Amino acid sequence: MKHLLSAADLDRDQAIMILDTAAELASLTDRSVKKLPTLRGRTVVNLFFEDSTRTRISFEVAAKRLSADVINFAAKGSSVSKGESLKDTALTLEAMGADAVVIRHNLSGAPHRLATAGWIGGSVVNAGDGTHEHPTQALLDAFTMRKHLRNGSGDLDGVRVGIVGDVLHSRVARSNVLLLRTLGAHVTLVAPPTLLPLGVETWPCDVSYDIDSVLPRLDAIMMLRVQGERMHDAYFPSALEYSRLYGLDSARMARLPEHAVILHPGPMNRGMEISADVADSPRSLMVEQVANGVSVRMAVLYLLLGGMKEND
Amino acid sequence: MDSSRTRIVLDDSDISRAIRRIAHEIVENAKGADELVLLGIPTRGVALAERIRSAISEIEGYSVPTGSLDITLYRDDLRLRPARALEPTSIPSEGIDDRIVILVDDVLFSGRTVRAALDALNDIGRPRAVRLAVLVDRGHRELPIRPDFVGKNLPTSVGEQVRVNLVESDGSDSVTIHEGDSA
Repeated sequence: MKHLLSAADLDRDQAIMILDTAAELASLTDRSVKKLPTLRGRTVVNLFFEDSTRTRISFEVAAKRLSADVINFAAKGSSVSKGESLKDTALTLEAMGADAVVIRHNLSGAPHRLATAGWIGGSVVNAGDGTHEHPTQALLDAFTMRKHLRNGSGDLDGVRVGIVGDVLHSRVARSNVLLLRTLGAHVTLVAPPTLLPLGVETWPCDVSYDIDSVLPRLDAIMMLRVQGERMHDAYFPSALEYSRLYGLDSARMARLPEHAVILHPGPMNRGMEISADVADSPRSLMVEQVANGVSVRMAVLYLLLGGMKEND
Repeated sequence: MDSSRTRIVLDDSDISRAIRRIAHEIVENAKGADELVLLGIPTRGVALAERIRSAISEIEGYSVPTGSLDITLYRDDLRLRPARALEPTSIPSEGIDDRIVILVDDVLFSGRTVRAALDALNDIGRPRAVRLAVLVDRGHRELPIRPDFVGKNLPTSVGEQVRVNLVESDGSDSVTIHEGDSA
């Protein structure tokens, strides 16, 4: 494995290896010296064309804990046309000797272009591209679910996961559907028809318009953020109606099975897709998801960069 | 494996005698067992550490805190091979600060694994002393490292393969030596 561009790149064994590696690396958090010498002398570039707090910091912490040198390249505000700018930026990074480029881009497919155009020789990690994919988020979600529902080992065979909300604009949903399927889980997408992407019937999952009929048989529910900044049309009549029909409030939480856990990729719109009391309940794992994100990204960086240099 | 070129150098009773002797030596050297921590290096060092723990507990009536220390992330040859899966690390809850840590491994060869283990220990705490126990010392050191407790000194040529089989991982106890370059 040289790049991580899509959750579909991973087969079951590779996905489990990343999760197992992350589980071992998680113990680092309890140590006084939170650092490993593994990637000493390697350079990781965080190339972020789009706003991000937790993903960028998470990758930065992960790379630093493995002793890599980290360069944060904020590409926002570039006035060069998009294709050119990505290429020029890539050539600059290559000249600086980047061993890995972690890229977040507002356009779907940018990481793929970066990995395959021959501009750079290092590994490319997709940290979210447009409405396409966000594979490390899916890995940290799977890690969090596995820890709570499968005692932190093996796959997610038979786990029933509901992904609720703005699937149309969500790269998290697509990566999660692909990875969860690989790990044997059963996914149901729940959204109003206007917030489901074209061709969703070809995805390896079920689709429902009715959250209340799905709730009682879920082991995990993932609430997606309503992505206002990507919405240039009216997708639902009002915020209040959306939250009445698709939001997770305490009444709906009570209808979940007792063992079921609640996830949210963040940042949350409290009062929109999730009510404040649900967000603050002990069944919500958002804070733990952030912590697990560091371990999972360390595992990905170690497995991509820690060994022998691989050629395509 | 071609059996004509493989010979057994230790059988199961040799191994259990060696472990009992190592346990006695560890206790004698440390003047008791109450300051000890046993850390096995995966895979087979973990099983050996557990056997030494049980032998010490028969001698001293005290169960020494025992764990495992994976050194993969501290290796100096990471870039020579594809990235490897990690083995479990479990440090006993008592920690290692101010204790006598006994590192346990199956075969001592170049000494590079032990070098990596010392680096790993350094990030976990500050032991009062670190000692090394191995079932087999086959020579050919590449670093200034020597064992404190040895089950068997085994003169070998570099091309020979030494293999430790244990019930826990391989179904039976034996140490074999195999001529030639491939295992």
